[in-house]
Amino acid sequence: MKSVREIALVVLSPIAFFLLVILVWQLTKQIGQIPPYVLPSPIAVGRTAWTGRSVLCGAVALTGAAALCGFAASLIVGTLIAFSFSFSRFVKASCYPYAIFLQTVPIVAIAPLIVVWFGYGFQSVALIAFIISLFPIITNATTGLTNVDRDLVDLFELHNANRWQVLFKLRVPAAVPYLVTGARVSSGMAVIGAIVGEFFAGYGGVRSGLGFLIVDGTNNLKTDQLFAAVIASTALGMAVFAVVNIVGATVLARWYHA
Amino acid sequence: MIQLQNASLSYDLATQVLDKITLSVGRGEFVSLLGPSGCGKSTLLRLIAGLVEPSHGQLTVGGQPARRFRQTSNGISLVFQEPRLLPWRNVTRNIALPLELSRVDRADQQAFIEASLELIGLGPQDAAKYPRMLSGGMRMRVALARALVTKPSVLLLDEPFSALDELLRQQLNEELLRIWRERAPTTVFVTHNVSEAIFLSQRVVVMADHPGRIKATVDVPFEYPRSHTLRATREFATLVGEVSDLLRVETT
Repeated sequence: MKSVREIALVVLSPIAFFLLVILVWQLTKQIGQIPPYVLPSPIAVGRTAWTGRSVLCGAVALTGAAALCGFAASLIVGTLIAFSFSFSRFVKASCYPYAIFLQTVPIVAIAPLIVVWFGYGFQSVALIAFIISLFPIITNATTGLTNVDRDLVDLFELHNANRWQVLFKLRVPAAVPYLVTGARVSSGMAVIGAIVGEFFAGYGGVRSGLGFLIVDGTNNLKTDQLFAAVIASTALGMAVFAVVNIVGATVLARWYHA
Repeated sequence: MIQLQNASLSYDLATQVLDKITLSVGRGEFVSLLGPSGCGKSTLLRLIAGLVEPSHGQLTVGGQPARRFRQTSNGISLVFQEPRLLPWRNVTRNIALPLELSRVDRADQQAFIEASLELIGLGPQDAAKYPRMLSGGMRMRVALARALVTKPSVLLLDEPFSALDELLRQQLNEELLRIWRERAPTTVFVTHNVSEAIFLSQRVVVMADHPGRIKATVDVPFEYPRSHTLRATREFATLVGEVSDLLRVETT
């Protein structure tokens, strides 16, 4: 068990560092006499975040929901596509290059097109999050399904296993660690996708996502709002990453017994 | 039981892996394939298992092509160099795998699994453990138990103990002999360890490499049961020397 001293070190040091950063931030602003629309003081940011907390929380929830929908869809669709790739070499050879396209195309180029086709609002944001987060799932799941140890495949063949037995008793369980890795990457990308998606397909009006708050803060020089939204976005990304990590680690430890 | 007649294997025109292997293994016999690394002895084992087809020549197991023989209830089992256990399954479910693939009912599986556990010297306290909790030697025992659970007619082993320390290797050698004497599968054991080959087998088939071929066959005159004291005898050491010389010529 870790000693109290070790725990204190791990927990208090980041907090101390955080306070130090706030201090330096405040001092820089005061000494440099930086105008508030360039660098608001931490206090101003805190105050704006507090007074607008319901809007900010609503934005986190909305963006988070779009990211979650995109992520969930990419898990399901990505795994199904990986299945089809592992079944048929022809399907894999013909479609995998287009999956790579998903990775390389800049989302800022596709997003306006999505808005033209599907309109503004949640569905487009979730779709953009889905497109951006799909590729890591496809690659990782495909690798996991096909990269099975040759001796094990031989073992299954030796005992006259049929295709389904090899798939469900060998390939799918063997792919789980790869899928967990893919999910880690993919979840983070889904958050990015949702925020960037909101730049283009954002809501305005009654409900706002974090992306909209960022764009609005930039365009209207509401820099403290911008800061608050950026910090909230970071927090959302970290929270999503932490949850996926914990779930992944639990799956690997409890079910996979790595 | 196992008949190879001029069996050859090449991957392409340039790579001849095995060249005109003619070998006969009788029912219940224990034969070792001994040779330097890369001489094709593992490939030959896979050939016998029906995992690879020969490019030329003939191979039959039990009078049939290997693949068809595998469909019979007591088919062929293979133990690899690494235990190759499924990490997401515990010991019991790992051993049960061949039975599952042959669609034996869960209820019926239990008797086979218990017999296998007992045969290999694993207790009920090990049955629920997962591979990551086991030592290398234990994992190899589980791999052996898995290979034996279907009570195979043919047992193929590809250097199964080469990754283990000397004492453990000797212990498992003795256990393997005990199992072989009890269950009497036709056994082909691949190794590059001369002492191990002689200790275990009735016949040692010495192989050469590039291309893989049979150089010589040596009969081992020692009676069974063989105990560890055999290794200390003069006759044993002499035979080890002779067979090593055979091998030595090949690797120069």
